[in-house]
Amino acid sequence: MFATDLALATPLLILAGSALFLLVAGAYMGRPDRLVGLGAMAALAASAVAAVIGPQGQAFSGALSADAASVFAQVVICLGSMVAIPLGQAWFERRGIRNFEFPVLVLLAALGMGMMAGAGDLLSLYIGIELQSLALYVLAALHRDDAKASEAGLKYFVLGALSSGLLLYGASLVYGFSGAIRFDAIAAAVQGEAGTGVLFGLVFMICGLAFKVSAAPFHMWTPDVYEGAPTPVVAFFAGAPKLAAMLVFARVLAEAFPLAADQWRQILILIALASVAVGALAGLAQTNLKRLWAYSSIANVGYAVLGLAAGTAQGVQAMLVFMALYTVAVIGFFACLSALARNGRPLETLDDMAGLFQQRPWLSLALTVFALSGLGLPPFAGFWGKYYVFMAAVNAGDPVLLWSAVAALLGSVIAAFYYLRLVKVMWFDPPPGETDRPPVEAGAIAVGAAVFTFPLVLGLMPLIDRYAAAAAAALGLG
Amino acid sequence: MTGILSLITFAPAIGAALILALRAGRPASPQGDDLARWIAFGTSLVTLGLSVLLTLRFDNANPGFQFVEDIPWFAGLHYRMGVDGISVLFVLLTAFLTPICIAASWKSVENRVTSYMVAFLLLETLVIGVFCALDLVLFYVFFEFGLAPMFLIIGIWGGKRRVYAAFKFFLYTLLGSVLMLAAVLAMIGASGTSSIPDLMAFRFEPWMQTWLWLAFFASFAVKMPMWPVHTWLPDAHVEAPTAGSVILAGILLKMGGYGFLRFSLPMFPDASQAFAPLVFALSAIAIVYTSLVAFRQTDIKKLIAYSSVAHMGFVTMGIFSFDVVGVQGAIFQMLSHGIISGALFLCVGVVYDRMHTREIAFYGGLVKRMPVYAALFLLFTMGNVGLPGTSGFVGEIMTLTGVYFSSTWTALAATTGVILSAVYALTLYRRVIFGEMTNPALAEITDVNLREILIFAPLVVATLWLGFQPGLVFNITASSVDGLLDAFRTAVGK
Repeated sequence: MFATDLALATPLLILAGSALFLLVAGAYMGRPDRLVGLGAMAALAASAVAAVIGPQGQAFSGALSADAASVFAQVVICLGSMVAIPLGQAWFERRGIRNFEFPVLVLLAALGMGMMAGAGDLLSLYIGIELQSLALYVLAALHRDDAKASEAGLKYFVLGALSSGLLLYGASLVYGFSGAIRFDAIAAAVQGEAGTGVLFGLVFMICGLAFKVSAAPFHMWTPDVYEGAPTPVVAFFAGAPKLAAMLVFARVLAEAFPLAADQWRQILILIALASVAVGALAGLAQTNLKRLWAYSSIANVGYAVLGLAAGTAQGVQAMLVFMALYTVAVIGFFACLSALARNGRPLETLDDMAGLFQQRPWLSLALTVFALSGLGLPPFAGFWGKYYVFMAAVNAGDPVLLWSAVAALLGSVIAAFYYLRLVKVMWFDPPPGETDRPPVEAGAIAVGAAVFTFPLVLGLMPLIDRYAAAAAAALGLG
Repeated sequence: MTGILSLITFAPAIGAALILALRAGRPASPQGDDLARWIAFGTSLVTLGLSVLLTLRFDNANPGFQFVEDIPWFAGLHYRMGVDGISVLFVLLTAFLTPICIAASWKSVENRVTSYMVAFLLLETLVIGVFCALDLVLFYVFFEFGLAPMFLIIGIWGGKRRVYAAFKFFLYTLLGSVLMLAAVLAMIGASGTSSIPDLMAFRFEPWMQTWLWLAFFASFAVKMPMWPVHTWLPDAHVEAPTAGSVILAGILLKMGGYGFLRFSLPMFPDASQAFAPLVFALSAIAIVYTSLVAFRQTDIKKLIAYSSVAHMGFVTMGIFSFDVVGVQGAIFQMLSHGIISGALFLCVGVVYDRMHTREIAFYGGLVKRMPVYAALFLLFTMGNVGLPGTSGFVGEIMTLTGVYFSSTWTALAATTGVILSAVYALTLYRRVIFGEMTNPALAEITDVNLREILIFAPLVVATLWLGFQPGLVFNITASSVDGLLDAFRTAVGK
């Protein structure tokens, strides 16, 4: 039995083992950063492969499930973490910070995300979230001589701790009133609509999870943390962790409270619409691109939550497709930002991007692709994500959801203004001066992500569609 | 011949990719710019050749879709292309106007030529895709994506207020299309298919038709543009470069009319009939009001832009007459307007390239220095007015005839538009071409050169040919229009 459990947990064990090994190796060998980085990437690749070819089932008496959903998430998480390592290591090296902890922390965060993706009970959910969050807090503050980064790390930590508290409180209420910590046992104990006590706990848990995915009204930390944290670190934590958090969100709702869908749907619709509105309206006033993309991520999470609100397998599939495509686009965007500098100063504001097309045509084409994808213009990846979400909202057969979808669509027209403004400054305005030569790895990651966002995504959609559908089916909603 | 539609659609995109591969990231040089121009021109000529072949091979007697390609994609969507008698001529029109636009930009666009040519070829791909797509979502993809290259064309190579105009154009049309997207999703949800031929046969509930019709109308009315959502057009036209205006007036505006014919009439027949009075009223207002507005313009391009809105009024009116003559006339009017308004914008471009102003008051007496230009401008002005013998006449008389039986009052109001168009167009012609040449700056202005004559030649031929032999068009459109209207009458029970 224990051997089966271990076999099911192999992808996570690979990550845990190599993180510990690399930490010790890094501490005792002299300057092995590059080697540690390569080792971490290899571990991530191995973990993704192990997830795909490994057995599926419930491990550790249901605490961990290895199913199509966790495999889907594990692959995206490992890919997202893999590109973060060269991106971040080179960035820190250029700033004279040589540390082997960066890849190790990425590994630990990936391990946390993997646990979140496969969580089968309240304990593994909490451990996964905390492991991931703690690694991310440290990553945000890793540029420790930079006051802004330290501030971002502290803010992230304090607010994150608050949200963990909410989540934990909610989990304890759910446990107290249902007497179970396993999701399926909670579902069996609740039987239909949730009573007051359980519902109270569920609401707290939803608040805590909304915090983690930075959905309004729990989004306040996002712009500050995005702005202060090192750009490659933002590329890392703006993508995969959100997907993992959304998946665990879906697991809690679908596996523990499948029959209370009418109750949690109202909360989710509210969160979704508030996020879209905050993301669209507050984004209009931003001039710093990292802050702007923070608001854009709030709006995007709103769309993902809308998919979840449908409460159907199609809705979960829509959420997964949306988050997977968004992860690639957001990594690409921040890779662009970390590649661009003028006289050693990174380009971070809208005005800095003026005339970029004449200086760096490929990178600004990539940024244009990401902006248009964020806007939701077909046929870029962002459009297909939204297409799935809205299709799920329409098919759910609830008129409230239908009109929410129309409202969210109108929100995307408002947000279109700021995405277009980025395109405008890059293409229409005259450049203020030469830009520095972009580092190879960041440029390559940015252009690669852009090529995926368009046109590669058009060919890959059948594949993504199939795996996301299988993943959604594993969660067991109708 | 399977695959020819994909070839026509993506040939310009391949040309654009080639230019991008050869030129992106290199510093601008005259040789490099010429290379980009020639590749673009060559690609557009190949596309034109293929489109002519397509039209020749087209079976006029078949009312259904031809050259159909169908590849399953994902989530129930298909890559499905095909043309019928209504769309095939729009493909040809697009392929016809694009090389003219590229040739017209040869000298007038000297700044960032590579990007310009790439944007233009991409736009051609997307517009042709709109007319060929037989999957609702594929149609939407082509329809929406076209905003991006047009945004860049207006915003980079436009006039002084280009940024304002580009944003206005994009956000206005995006708002319309987003509502259409909501309708597209609802249609797929209700019918379970995204195939346009299947949706034409599907009957939506009447209450649903109303909403869907309104959502599509929001998008197509902005694209047309119809009064009162036409205000983006004059701004976009005035600020766009000459070739941008030609594409905008010649082709992009037709996507609205095409949309009405492809979606609103066959898929929402009950709602179309219920809303026909609304369309008639808006068309009549557009024709009279924008003609009067055009009369008061001081900018030549703005005047022609407003006249486009008026001419599109005839198109919407003809489509919603649900009469063979009216619908045929509307299609003809769209094709003819594509040629004539394109030519008029090129005429403006000729003097703008020389004097860098489009103020009517700046000009006068041009006939003395530019006799050939005066003759060309006269022909197209007459076409715009609707003189018999030009293609402009056929469309107007047919739409008016078609509407006369459905709504006499609309026809009556629209007829005054014919007179008003003569008033503004001839006044413009008189003030620019005739009179004393009082402005000393014009003393050295030169007549059209050989390149410009070659650009105008196909447009002259097309205007007169279609004017004398409109049957060429009707032979192709007849069976599809008959099929459309038969199905429509069955659906509404007339």
